Amino acid sequence: MDSREALRPFEFTACLELREMLGRSAWDERELLSGIEDVPQESIFYHTHSSFLRSRYLAAPYPNDFATWAAIQVRDRVLGERLAAVDPFDYSELETLRGELITIIDDHLGNMQSVPRIVYGESFHFMRSTIIEVPSGVTARTLEEFRDGLRRVDLSAIYFHFFEPRGRRDPAAPAEWLEDELGETQLAALVRRLNPYISSLDGLRDRLLVLCDQYLGAPRHA
Amino acid sequence: MLETAVRLDDYRTVVAGGTIDLLHRLADRVRGRSLLHVNSTRVGGGVAEMLQRYVPLFEELGVPVRWEVLAGNEAFFQVTKSFHNALQGTEQVITDQMLRSYVETNEANARILNLDADVVIIHDPQPAAMIEFHPKRGPWIWRCHIDVSHPQRRAWSFIRQYVVRYSGAIFSLPKFAQRLPIPQYLMYPSIDPLAEKNRPLEPGEIDAVLHRLGVPRDKPILLQVSRFDRFKDPVGVINAYRIVKKYDDCRLILAGGGAVDDPEGAQVLAEVQEAASGDPDIHVLVLPPTAHHEINALQHAAAIIIQKSTKEGFGLTVAEGMWKAKPVIGGFAGGITVQIIYGVTGYTVNSVEGCAFRIRQLLNNPELARRMGENAREYVRENFLITRDLTEHLALMAAQLR
Repeated sequence: MDSREALRPFEFTACLELREMLGRSAWDERELLSGIEDVPQESIFYHTHSSFLRSRYLAAPYPNDFATWAAIQVRDRVLGERLAAVDPFDYSELETLRGELITIIDDHLGNMQSVPRIVYGESFHFMRSTIIEVPSGVTARTLEEFRDGLRRVDLSAIYFHFFEPRGRRDPAAPAEWLEDELGETQLAALVRRLNPYISSLDGLRDRLLVLCDQYLGAPRHA
Repeated sequence: MLETAVRLDDYRTVVAGGTIDLLHRLADRVRGRSLLHVNSTRVGGGVAEMLQRYVPLFEELGVPVRWEVLAGNEAFFQVTKSFHNALQGTEQVITDQMLRSYVETNEANARILNLDADVVIIHDPQPAAMIEFHPKRGPWIWRCHIDVSHPQRRAWSFIRQYVVRYSGAIFSLPKFAQRLPIPQYLMYPSIDPLAEKNRPLEPGEIDAVLHRLGVPRDKPILLQVSRFDRFKDPVGVINAYRIVKKYDDCRLILAGGGAVDDPEGAQVLAEVQEAASGDPDIHVLVLPPTAHHEINALQHAAAIIIQKSTKEGFGLTVAEGMWKAKPVIGGFAGGITVQIIYGVTGYTVNSVEGCAFRIRQLLNNPELARRMGENAREYVRENFLITRDLTEHLALMAAQLR
């Protein structure tokens, strides 16, 4: 059993998303491309990273809104698959992620005879959101308390701590806390290596609990 | 049936763990800041029904909340009815006299009503112009509950001059958003899981209702609950059922409201009854608007729920069906497309044949139907319950008062 105690407790923060419509839509893939070129970064973030906040338990068939729209609404499975393969966590800068999306769609359109557009489907609506932070009241000073907090908190806290972009020394970054406060360098490295892209928030929570259990000794039930 | 007062803690039995605590913590951020709702009726209609449930819950959260109702004469409500239809895309004659009457009523109400609050939410077009006649102490938000995706231009441009004075607007679907110079927020409507229409039922209660309605439970039930309206495509549902029936035995229930004051509804009902005649496995049930318990029991008893609309507002009957852990097959229209995740919580379809195919697929794959039903209930739990709506209102207050 690990008994090291942190001087600075880890404070779990839940969050809420206030969704805002930008009043811009796309009816075909060229308009989607133009929109991606023009919209603010927060909108790129909304349609890629924060779509996980809207699929807490269920992993949707396509992991970002652009891929979902291309595959389901335009019925262009090829573009849907190519956009689905973009892992937003590979890009530390949103502008680089935007550039990758633009390149994929532009390349795809360059190989098409005509621009795929919706026939029966719905147009794409560009959105963005404001994240409202809410203290969960759950804190941890030990790895065991951290594990217990992970299990108890609202899934939005998993999103807030593991999906929202933050600097390496941000106190809300769990891997940094595990390393700096508890000296759990290896566990911190494994946490950093977790890729939430393929799973849902609930799936990510399960994987974090398993990791904590490995370091706490005997596995226990979530 | 009388419904008892519901308290926030009662929702702990149905929402995800921590949701109610989160609501309290979020409310801490706006505690003591007052909220005012203004709409045009105290009873009847979805907005009044929603506010009746919201107001006590906000009070329990420590947010002082008031609800004011705009008063108007019959002529005013004739005008706003025309506005309502015009904003939803039906061509209407709107005269200058009508516009004057609308503005005068709003001005008179702005003088009489107590509109002082830290945040004011004005619901729908009827009281929208009051903003012109009252000094704003804090943010005023316009919440639009109707489908304004294709409004009649004259009506929208008239209302728009008032809407642009607000601090923000709330719409129910992204497609309802307009070109406006103010923030436009998205908030889905919600269902109340503890209301009579959605509460859990004992098997005996379900059996009793079906027995009373004359529906045997000897074969899988397909159910569509909706008004008898062409846009809900009830005849298309019967045609889909007939395709299915060639291969799989089942019953079809079409349950909807009466059509006393709706001549077209009466005509559609007659067409549906004609299309269903001679088949004892089709049940056309005309139920009163208060038949929440009966609708609940029918949804619980169904194997598959259908909402094959060709045009739809938000279509909350889909979320109601999903909440009963049923797979839903819905038309590709309105808010149905945001409620059904294709292949995960149900299917959206674009034709009678597509509807029949998906019914057959689900009837012959009970495990798939069960899994989709469970996914559907979880999806509603996350996205379409009243607790999420409360949370978003508090988040909006917190953001606007920052």
